[in-house]
Amino acid sequence: MTAPGVTAKPAPAPARPVSKRGRKLRDNLTGHAFLIGAVVCFALFMWYPMIRGVVMSFQRTRRGETTWVGWDNYTRIVADPSFWIAWKNTFLFTALALVVGYVLPFFVAILLNEFRHAKGYLRVLVYLPVMLPPASALFLFKYYAYDPSEAGLFNAILKFLHLPTSEWMQSPTMTIPAMVIASTWMNLGSAVLIYLASLQNIPGELYEAAELDGAGVWRRIWNVTIPQTRLILALLAMLQIVATMQLFIEPLILANGAGTQDSATSVAYLIYQHGFFQNDLNGAAALGVIMLLVLAAFSAVYVRLTTKQD
Amino acid sequence: MADSGTRTLISQAQLRRGRGKFLYWTLLTVVVLGFTLVFLGPLYWMVTGALKSGQEIAQTPPTLWPRDPQTQNYVDAWTNLDLAKLMFNTFYYAAGAVFFQLVFDTAAAYALSKLRPAFGNVILALMLATLMIPAMVLIVPQYVTAIDLPIIHVNLLDSPWAIWLPLIANAFNIFLLKRFFDSIPEDLIAAAQVDGASPLRTLWSIILPMSRPILGVVAIFAVTAVWKDFLWPKLVMPSPETRTLSVGIYAFSGGTPQNVVIAASVIAAIPTVIIFLLFQRNIMSGLTTGSLKG
Repeated sequence: MTAPGVTAKPAPAPARPVSKRGRKLRDNLTGHAFLIGAVVCFALFMWYPMIRGVVMSFQRTRRGETTWVGWDNYTRIVADPSFWIAWKNTFLFTALALVVGYVLPFFVAILLNEFRHAKGYLRVLVYLPVMLPPASALFLFKYYAYDPSEAGLFNAILKFLHLPTSEWMQSPTMTIPAMVIASTWMNLGSAVLIYLASLQNIPGELYEAAELDGAGVWRRIWNVTIPQTRLILALLAMLQIVATMQLFIEPLILANGAGTQDSATSVAYLIYQHGFFQNDLNGAAALGVIMLLVLAAFSAVYVRLTTKQD
Repeated sequence: MADSGTRTLISQAQLRRGRGKFLYWTLLTVVVLGFTLVFLGPLYWMVTGALKSGQEIAQTPPTLWPRDPQTQNYVDAWTNLDLAKLMFNTFYYAAGAVFFQLVFDTAAAYALSKLRPAFGNVILALMLATLMIPAMVLIVPQYVTAIDLPIIHVNLLDSPWAIWLPLIANAFNIFLLKRFFDSIPEDLIAAAQVDGASPLRTLWSIILPMSRPILGVVAIFAVTAVWKDFLWPKLVMPSPETRTLSVGIYAFSGGTPQNVVIAASVIAAIPTVIIFLLFQRNIMSGLTTGSLKG
């Protein structure tokens, strides 16, 4: 933060005889003129919808008439049997994606940070899937990788290794792991690059000192690398939970929405279903509010846990 | 980029001697091969798979290279899915997104960083708060807003504004730009003011020329965001004439042979891959400056 900069300096008196207050008003107006475009867009598509979503969740619009219905939307949404299945699937996906998609990029980044050769090439490789349109990448997984016959890429590899093949998206138990694999492949790169940048900020002397104290590689990771990148680790965990809880395009494309025996239905997919197929925008808004509350609760617990350790 | 002199987890000296050297090169080879297989392999499979006939793709074990490569699937994808039209639409939305984000987000960041009008900090906080709200939570009320804008009662469905306007409300961009503008010395601005430059003039002739790298990052992110987005364009661009690539391919996927869908997916991915290969440095630096130190 800088001090009120310009005005504090002995600037030459302006030629025009404008009163101090008039000038301040003019400066403010200019400032707001520059802001107005962005502010209008934020108001229309962020701030207002946030309030509107909560309001809608207590209303019901039928044939153009909107009435207040109290908690009706919420009770209807919760009574839907898919509601609990969707939460179960979403939590399972989030947990698995966290175990795989959170730990893996950290170790990939540590590994890449040690290499003195092929650095650029490896970075480009890791980030390449992030740049693909998710729909393109998911069709690749759906048609080629997760083909349940032995002509599918994954099954061909499994068979080559003499491992049992899988039915992938057609098996209710494999649906979520398969979605986690696809989603991790698509998103790993950005986490790796962010970790890499934070690894490069670790002062080398810390490793040197640890080594002199006789700490092995794992001890150095545990006692130097992790504490030094703790902030970024904590931030990315939070961001990843929020992102994976919104699981949507994976079930939509890989599992045609609900998947075998509802094994792919996610909360975000239910919002989409209620809002745009069952003509129940109010119910969808209620589900959105529930999702927001769950995520907010998650964040609150998380922030408390991570700040307590200090 | 860390130069090779920086000390990391394992010391340089250790990697240059006997066992360390051997381990280093073995691991490097394994990782380079493994990563190529894991990250490039599927793309190879995708591009060559779309060259196979429907019969060949269903055959076990799968062939590594198409026996009789035919470009028919790509031709079919291009003509049957009207990819030229979809590609043009997506490109048009992306170009507009770049333009409007650059104009409005730069102006806003400039105001918040240098002009600092009254309540500027409150506005900034309200903007940054939107970063905490998951996109899925807002999708329904945003849609309801887009089909009937408050006060003026305009329906934005099938209009490019439905894509452009929400993209301007991008707190991440404003944060990124503001942080960059904050690092431009106040003296420069004061000097321009003394010379009688208006705020617009200062922005145009002093700030923007100094900010080219960050403007590049914002522009690239805008293009990739539009290219990758799926649900929002699917909702607000319902008619076949206005669809984006991803949405169009999805809409056709039901009644189209698998190989043709894959061929279309390959074509849809080419522009982003080219952008990435051309601008990888800017993209990677933008990604890390945005998230670090913040």
